[in-house]
Amino acid sequence: MTAIALATHGLNKSFGALKVTQDVRFKLPVGARHALIGPNGAGKTTFINLLTGMLPPDAGTIELDGTEITALPPHERVKRGLARTYQINTLFPDLTPLEAVTLVACERHGVSRQWFPSLASRRVLIEEAYALLAQLGIGDQARRPTRHLAYGHQRVLEIALALATHPHVLLLDEPAAGVPAQESGILYEVISGLPKEIAVLFIEHDMDLVFRFASYITVLASGRVLREGPPAEIAEDPEVRAVYLGTAVHG
Amino acid sequence: MTTEAQTTKAIADFRAQVRWQWYEPLFWLGAIAWYFLFPTYLPLGTQILCAALFALSLDLILGYGGIVSLGHTTFFGIGAYTAGLLAKHGWGEPITCLLAGGALAAIAGWICSFVIVRVQGVALLLVTLGINLVLYEAANKAYTITGGADGLQGIEFWKLFGVFDYDIYGRVSFVYTLAVVFVLFLVARRIVHSPFGLALKGMRENWKRMPALGAALRRHGALIFVLSAAIAGLSGALLAESVQFVALDSLGVQRSVDVLTMLIVGGTGVLYGSFVGATVYMVVRDQLADLNPAYWYFWIGLILVVIVLFTRNGLVGALSDATDWLKRRRGGGTAS
Ligand SMILES: Nc1ncnc2c1ncn2[C@@H]1O[C@H](COP(=O)(O)OP(=O)(O)OP(=O)(O)O)[C@@H](O)[C@H]1O
Ligand SMILES: [Mg+2]
Repeated sequence: MTAIALATHGLNKSFGALKVTQDVRFKLPVGARHALIGPNGAGKTTFINLLTGMLPPDAGTIELDGTEITALPPHERVKRGLARTYQINTLFPDLTPLEAVTLVACERHGVSRQWFPSLASRRVLIEEAYALLAQLGIGDQARRPTRHLAYGHQRVLEIALALATHPHVLLLDEPAAGVPAQESGILYEVISGLPKEIAVLFIEHDMDLVFRFASYITVLASGRVLREGPPAEIAEDPEVRAVYLGTAVHG
Repeated sequence: MTTEAQTTKAIADFRAQVRWQWYEPLFWLGAIAWYFLFPTYLPLGTQILCAALFALSLDLILGYGGIVSLGHTTFFGIGAYTAGLLAKHGWGEPITCLLAGGALAAIAGWICSFVIVRVQGVALLLVTLGINLVLYEAANKAYTITGGADGLQGIEFWKLFGVFDYDIYGRVSFVYTLAVVFVLFLVARRIVHSPFGLALKGMRENWKRMPALGAALRRHGALIFVLSAAIAGLSGALLAESVQFVALDSLGVQRSVDVLTMLIVGGTGVLYGSFVGATVYMVVRDQLADLNPAYWYFWIGLILVVIVLFTRNGLVGALSDATDWLKRRRGGGTAS
């Protein structure tokens, strides 16, 4: 049996009367390629917010590598190897991708509150940042302000920032959201090219991409885990087809 | 292009940010030239320098860290009163009074930072304003110590280094202030071009993303707030030393608004915005106060509105846009 990188037990969250996460029991094995699907408003993004500590759960626990992290602040979880991206670009418009990734490298090396030496002399960190951008195919965009980047490049930068924290669990919230269908494949090539040791959980509405890249699928509906299993099983499940595949499928 | 070449270019980009630009030596030479060109305006020059340093301290939290404050004069005032009270009670050595002012302001900033890093937006404006108002009224009531509305009078600082007496033309005061401001400018310049400076820009550009990248946002915020408060305190102490007096309005909300205005007029997040803004503000006030003292805020308000509406980032932003435009035009001219 493979080790579990990330797990939740009886996770609950409500916004007022709206129950967005209900008794969610979830396991993400080391090195997994795991898709989280479900109709709009199912609570997928909320689940990621709970996992990463952006929202406190009402009840339940979260474990990273077998250690409970439910009470840890977000940045401490990042330091332990849990990173995420955002459904809606959450970037630094006036910084260049290189500056942004270097910023993350500084955080990871624990030098982000230092004034000496100057940034320019942090050669190793800058090289590391550039290498990551080049590896993801946006090396030639590295020195332009982020706000001038094409939307597709910005989506790649979303992933680059998360990767710069050197995670071993990566949560991707609709990485291809808003990217034209013919380009979304490129993003997923980037994702499938990630080191095998990284466990990846991705939210995706495009079922072709889900079936192509996921080896396991969790279906969320109204905050509950409706089904989980390998793609072949999920594709055949009549209930899943009814609540999800039949309804709000978009790209 | 090879990765090697690209990385070299990328590092050159970071180097270029740290390197002194052509206008920087000019600017500081200009400040020195003021001493020789305007011998009768040295007290004004000193006040401009103090105001610019104060604006620079605000720029570090606002223009770089993205932390807004409507009460930054809290720390300016603490610095001024600390220096003033020491001198009044028998210790008038300028350098130690200055450092004490900065230190006390830093401690006050550290205490405030526990609240500051927990709020954002309008709440942050109100908290900083509230702290400022509390301190102002406290200083007003404690008139036996502070002199209340009359200000702290009868203070006298000793000779600088035991040698240079504060002269009535303000020569010593100007040179001393310029030297201190220059050193603190170098400190600020070092901060913004360091890894910490990059983290600050990250906070300004998108503070929500920072924790998701492993940043301890509150510790970043607290550190820059303390540094900023220290510099604000030093600017207050410098002013107290040069005018040998501390007015109650050095803690007044008006001064918090004034410094914000100077910074916006000059430009935020560009270091020199503070100096340009403070110079324009103080010179306009000096000139207009002669013409029509009652209405000079009318003109300051008008300048503020025009600058906010028509420039990208204050006067420095307008200047850099203009030089970019000239460069492009010249570049286009040679290409065609
Ligand atoms: N901070 C909040 N306060 C109140 N309600 C919220 C909040 N965040 C999300 N919701 C509500 O919770 C429900 C689940 O939202 P969530 O964003 O998790 O859905 P999702 O599955 O990611 O949907 P989508 O596919 O559209 O991204 C929605 O009805 C949403 O309106
Ligand atoms: Mg979502």
